[in-house]
Amino acid sequence: MKDIICMILLTGGLFFLLVGTIGILRLPDILTRAHSAAKCDTLGALLSLSSLIIIQGFSLTSIKIFTIIIFIWITSPTATHLITEAYVRKNDGNNSDL
Amino acid sequence: MTFFIKISTIILSGSVLLCMIRAISGPETADRIIAVNVVCTKIIVIITMISFLLKESFFVDVALTYAMISFIASIIISKTIGAGEEQ
Repeated sequence: MKDIICMILLTGGLFFLLVGTIGILRLPDILTRAHSAAKCDTLGALLSLSSLIIIQGFSLTSIKIFTIIIFIWITSPTATHLITEAYVRKNDGNNSDL
Repeated sequence: MTFFIKISTIILSGSVLLCMIRAISGPETADRIIAVNVVCTKIIVIITMISFLLKESFFVDVALTYAMISFIASIIISKTIGAGEEQ
């Protein structure tokens, strides 16, 4: 039972990471690429790492992996927001698409 | 279960190579930073999976430190991009 839950979570995480990668490669604009990368960062990392937590059970290692999940969920959207804000501020008035 | 984690580690390594295509050939600097940010997240997941495969629990500390370093690098490079046009 535990193995089935872990395989479902890990497959979902791999699916989101691969979809984010395809989005980074194929989407036309830089803002859409940032959108795809944020999906890949948050949901793919959450599902993959939570499957590893369920495998390990309750221990010190699983608490550390939970800390990594919280840290990624705080920092990754912040980094994407800062990068796109810097891009928009740099191209303000020069790019008619924005 | 160990076999499934090995397979997913190999698939993640291949997708890191696909991200490096965008990181090398991106037309803007922000493209490259976004691609490198995704590569950092994938490498954190890969390090945690390898710590499960090798049964070495201190690799998780390495993954936590890697997350902190990649966040600081992204912030500083994005401030360097937008610094020239500050009003």
